[in-house]
Amino acid sequence: MTTATTLSQKVWDQHLVHRAEGEPDLLYVDLHLVHEVTSAQAFDGLRLAERTVRRPDLTVATMDHNVPTAPGPEDPVSVRQMEALARNCAEFGIELYPTGHIGQGIVHVIGPQMGLTQPGLVIVCGDSHTSTHGAFGALAFGIGTSEVEHVLATQTLSQPTPGSMAVTVDGDLPPGVTAKDVILGVIARIGTGGGVGHVIEYRGSAIRSLSMEGRMTVCNMSIEAGARAGMVAPDDTTFAYVEGRSHAPKGAAWERALDHWRSLGTDPDAAFDREVRIDAWELTPYVSWGTNPAQTVSIDGAVPDPASFEDPIRRESAERALAYMALRPGTAIRDIRPDTVFIGSCTNSRIEDLRVAADVLRGRRVRDGLRAMVVPGSMLVKAQAEREGLDQVFRAAGFDWRDAGCSMCLGMNPDQLSPGERCASTSNRNFEGRQGKGGRTHLVSPAVAAATAIAGHFCTPADLGIERRAADGG
Amino acid sequence: MQPFTTHTGTALPLDRSDVDTDQIIPAEYLKRIERTGFGPFLFAEWRKDPGFVLNRPAHAGASILVAGPNFGSGSSREHAVWALEDAGFRAVIAPSLADIFRMNCTKVGLLPVRLPPDAVRRLMDAVTGDPTTRVTVDLEAKAVSAPGFHAAFDIDDFTRWRLLEGLDDIGLSLRHEEAITAFEAARPSFLPTATRSG
Ligand code: SF4
Repeated sequence: MTTATTLSQKVWDQHLVHRAEGEPDLLYVDLHLVHEVTSAQAFDGLRLAERTVRRPDLTVATMDHNVPTAPGPEDPVSVRQMEALARNCAEFGIELYPTGHIGQGIVHVIGPQMGLTQPGLVIVCGDSHTSTHGAFGALAFGIGTSEVEHVLATQTLSQPTPGSMAVTVDGDLPPGVTAKDVILGVIARIGTGGGVGHVIEYRGSAIRSLSMEGRMTVCNMSIEAGARAGMVAPDDTTFAYVEGRSHAPKGAAWERALDHWRSLGTDPDAAFDREVRIDAWELTPYVSWGTNPAQTVSIDGAVPDPASFEDPIRRESAERALAYMALRPGTAIRDIRPDTVFIGSCTNSRIEDLRVAADVLRGRRVRDGLRAMVVPGSMLVKAQAEREGLDQVFRAAGFDWRDAGCSMCLGMNPDQLSPGERCASTSNRNFEGRQGKGGRTHLVSPAVAAATAIAGHFCTPADLGIERRAADGG
Repeated sequence: MQPFTTHTGTALPLDRSDVDTDQIIPAEYLKRIERTGFGPFLFAEWRKDPGFVLNRPAHAGASILVAGPNFGSGSSREHAVWALEDAGFRAVIAPSLADIFRMNCTKVGLLPVRLPPDAVRRLMDAVTGDPTTRVTVDLEAKAVSAPGFHAAFDIDDFTRWRLLEGLDDIGLSLRHEEAITAFEAARPSFLPTATRSG
């Protein structure tokens, strides 16, 4: 008897190494991504227990969180961490894309770029935004350092079965609404804990219409809704993206892979544990006003009054957020004036994101006094953008054009906000101090970030009379 | 991993929701390549406020953290758990905990306890009102108790057993070494490897 199953259940079941009543499942890991911040203690643990890396050939490492994106004095503590990664990779035989290598970049940008991220794989990384890779129909989890050590030693992961959750977005996205707005809209609806214990499968015509890069943006922020992972069923858009990349299957292997990938989609009569439906036409460009990613409102809206929240916990959280963000209830979002615009991070630093922003900026100037920077997700994205002349557009507009890295997504490298500085950011977290101590983050799409850089207050390209080109993944 | 059976101590009431791991241990302190020494940086930013609950002398020495819903959200950094452990905490009690954080806790031996929101509220109020309140977290009995307070909690049997015994997860998984090898032998050849030739 066959039972109808969902995409995530299929991938899960295909990776079962061991299952026993009353125990978590033991899953095989096809690809383990490693970066400098969450791995050093795991490698130490291996040495301590005299263990080795079981499958260095299924492990790949890069440096991203600490790397400076512009020339300048290097922080010796960061250097020490990056050197530790280089030593560990050399000792255990792991491929490393270090700073200075053309393959270097944010870990969640380089996997897909190399064609290593493929449908149906189990992918893990000591980083919560591993959910990004789910855009390909892979089951991709963020894990902690103890689990990193576990995967290094055993190439498996011990995991309780997650629940399944469908988030269906049907209909055509309104003009100006991008992938970033889709996921901000989803999180605003289901909340920061809305996906806890579940793998979200994004479904519906609005999701299908997104490019691979747009789907990555959506899956990336699944963790901001608390979900273990986010996935999109692979389709022709997926296959076209993977085909021809350096690590993609070739020839007969490609044909066999395709057959397998086509079998992965959720069966028509499969049931999810939870379902959420959203009409695409309800979505608008969004701007976050608070200090968690669910504290978000339409760009047409205003900063809410905490008193309007019935739930005392949400009310108190909104009060704290507004105090931290120095915002008054009722202020129109378009009246808020950022000091800084940051385009980058594993959410929005791929080539399509840069194209969208460049289209808005072409022939225009960043508002006087505003700091603006754009940080490509990988050195290859940077090279591609330079071939297309996008760097010239950014520079002419007054943006800083940087090397690849996590940059101002988190306060760990030299790119940081100063206390009180307000930032329109294409990254994924608006937590207190996330972009630097005392920094105030507003999450937006690349299109809104670019338009805001020109106007000096939050706005959309349409507000500036700029037509968006169709079919971007923004 | 340090086993956890039962623990009695005073509690720190952190009456906030959505406490993310960036607050528990800000990114600038993640550069250490050692496993220890994170305690002094626990809640580093919030601690700068002299009124922050962790700074109140009445709560010095607390070993049980009581927090609002969705505790430990955001980044997967296990450093958050190491910082709590290093600062002397043995258990975290909240109405809900983020998945990765909870998983990290169970690998390190910091007990994550989920109680119904009203029970957390009562406990929060009790320890806020009297910081000397002794709270007992009993993993064997799966219950939290304090004078005038008792609440049962749920935890899966496997995790409970692992915590009670203080067992190394890797060692447990390696019992299935043969199954791992068999699985590897059957993997399709079209799957990718990370080696540079592709
Ligand atoms: S870009 Fe930001 S969210 Fe993405 S991996 Fe880097 S620090 Fe994490």
